[in-house]
Amino acid sequence: MIWAVLVVIWGAGWGVNLALSRSAIAGTRVVRIAVPVIFGVTVLAMWEALVRGFAISAVILPPPSMIAEAVAGNLPVLWADFVQTFLKGALSGYVIGCGAGVVVAVLIDRSPYLTRGLLPVGNFVAALPIVGVAPILVMWFGFDWQSKAAVVVVLVFFPVLVNTVAGLASSDRMARDLMATYGAGHWPTMMKLRLPAAMPFIFNGLKIATTLALIGAIVAEYFGSPIVGMGFRISTGVGRLAMDLVWAEIAVAALAGSAFYGVVALVEGWVTFWHPSQRARV
Amino acid sequence: MRNTLPVLTVLGIILVIWYAATVWMNAPFVRDQAARAGTTVTFAELVPLTMVQPRPVVPAPHQVLAEVWKGVAGQAVTSKRSLVYHGLVTLESTLYGFALGILLGVGLAVGIVYFRVMEMGVMPWAIISQTIPIVALAPMIVVLSNAMGIEAREVPKAVISAYLSFFPVLVGMVKGLRSPDAMQLDLMRTWNGSGAQGFWKLRLPASLPYLFASLKVAIAAALVGTIVGELPTGAIEGLGARMLIGSQFGEPLIMWAALVGAAVLAGGLIVVVGVFERGLRRRMGVPG
Repeated sequence: MIWAVLVVIWGAGWGVNLALSRSAIAGTRVVRIAVPVIFGVTVLAMWEALVRGFAISAVILPPPSMIAEAVAGNLPVLWADFVQTFLKGALSGYVIGCGAGVVVAVLIDRSPYLTRGLLPVGNFVAALPIVGVAPILVMWFGFDWQSKAAVVVVLVFFPVLVNTVAGLASSDRMARDLMATYGAGHWPTMMKLRLPAAMPFIFNGLKIATTLALIGAIVAEYFGSPIVGMGFRISTGVGRLAMDLVWAEIAVAALAGSAFYGVVALVEGWVTFWHPSQRARV
Repeated sequence: MRNTLPVLTVLGIILVIWYAATVWMNAPFVRDQAARAGTTVTFAELVPLTMVQPRPVVPAPHQVLAEVWKGVAGQAVTSKRSLVYHGLVTLESTLYGFALGILLGVGLAVGIVYFRVMEMGVMPWAIISQTIPIVALAPMIVVLSNAMGIEAREVPKAVISAYLSFFPVLVGMVKGLRSPDAMQLDLMRTWNGSGAQGFWKLRLPASLPYLFASLKVAIAAALVGTIVGELPTGAIEGLGARMLIGSQFGEPLIMWAALVGAAVLAGGLIVVVGVFERGLRRRMGVPG
């Protein structure tokens, strides 16, 4: 019986999607958004049916409806956690770290020798499990949001640095020669040609950094935090088996992460409107 | 090789900054000790004292190296104090997660390239999945796998590392499988090649350079995933667990040694993928 329900839900969702993707209107904007939404709703419906059908304890896996209730019922708590972890920890660290990454890249660009040395080192460091510094930074900066921001700074610095250095090297040789013919010095060339030309690369780094920022801020809270914050709520929530609250927190984190990424991608569209990857989308 | 000297210069600068930070950050402790003993220290006396503290705020690089050496050579490999032992535990989960990530990434990529409905329905969710902070899910994955009666500690860690590593593989493979141009696809059709032949003889070989570029990113991501998975899950073995232990017992040197161990492991894994790539390219007859 339960299996039949699951099959019906899956078949309905998949069938609608299949029909939509093969129909004549497949290329339109509405369908492009509708298909992933239908897929997501199908998965949520399957989850709900699975949990209810097999009577899985809410302690193990609460159904989506219960999580939605928990979100609605705990808004003040979730908001306080969001402010502590996202606005204070992740966002301030993100701004400082990305700013430092771009500034250091621009400064170090004056020396081609150092740039050549920094790129391999930066690439290597960007691949390291830097989250490991979280306990060290919590030790240095204390339990409040400052230590979370510090972790985020360290996490986002190298991806942004490496991408900016690569971007500064990407401007066209001809265009640089043109700037030289105009008699433009280092800084005018930097501001008017090379930084704008580097923007697609910089935004690539900034987009990678959005996810890292949230991860950093949450991981740092596992090593010590005041009694507020997403990481704190999740680790203590698991401890006292308040799974609906934990999942509500995860939902908020997922929403915040996606929205953060979306905002950066939106700004990218405004700044690099001239780039083929942005132009192609009409 | 052209870059050797610049890289060494940059590393040298980092080392100098590190030593300067050691002196600067550890000096208050030395001054404090001296003040309690009723003596004063000159700067020349202070510098060596900042390098030998058992629980420094910033350990000097040689202290960290000594701790790593103690963890690698000073213990039997099976000892719970051995970095090699913990490294192997982490490596095991990383490789399981990496394998799972490759399977998932390649499988989804094939589906996305061949079925339009999957491209439209699954691809946006794959992107969204990466904007979700996985660490928030980590404790839940542990609870879930315990509830499902999975005792092995590697499973939750491998799931987390697969979650982080599948995405680069997926993106690279979609790009790679689509890289043969219309001419080549038409040529396959002229030869009356079947769909399967088109996949095995054209699309798959063409995607390998993309795949390996992604694999290098993915293996690093898998290691990050495993370590993140070890942090909040109360693991007692593995490099992440060492960091946690160092943090909780106030032994910064253990933390730093585990960090160095993780860095070496990450570098080694990337090199291994690179070597494997070169071997495969040579067997396929690609020049270079």
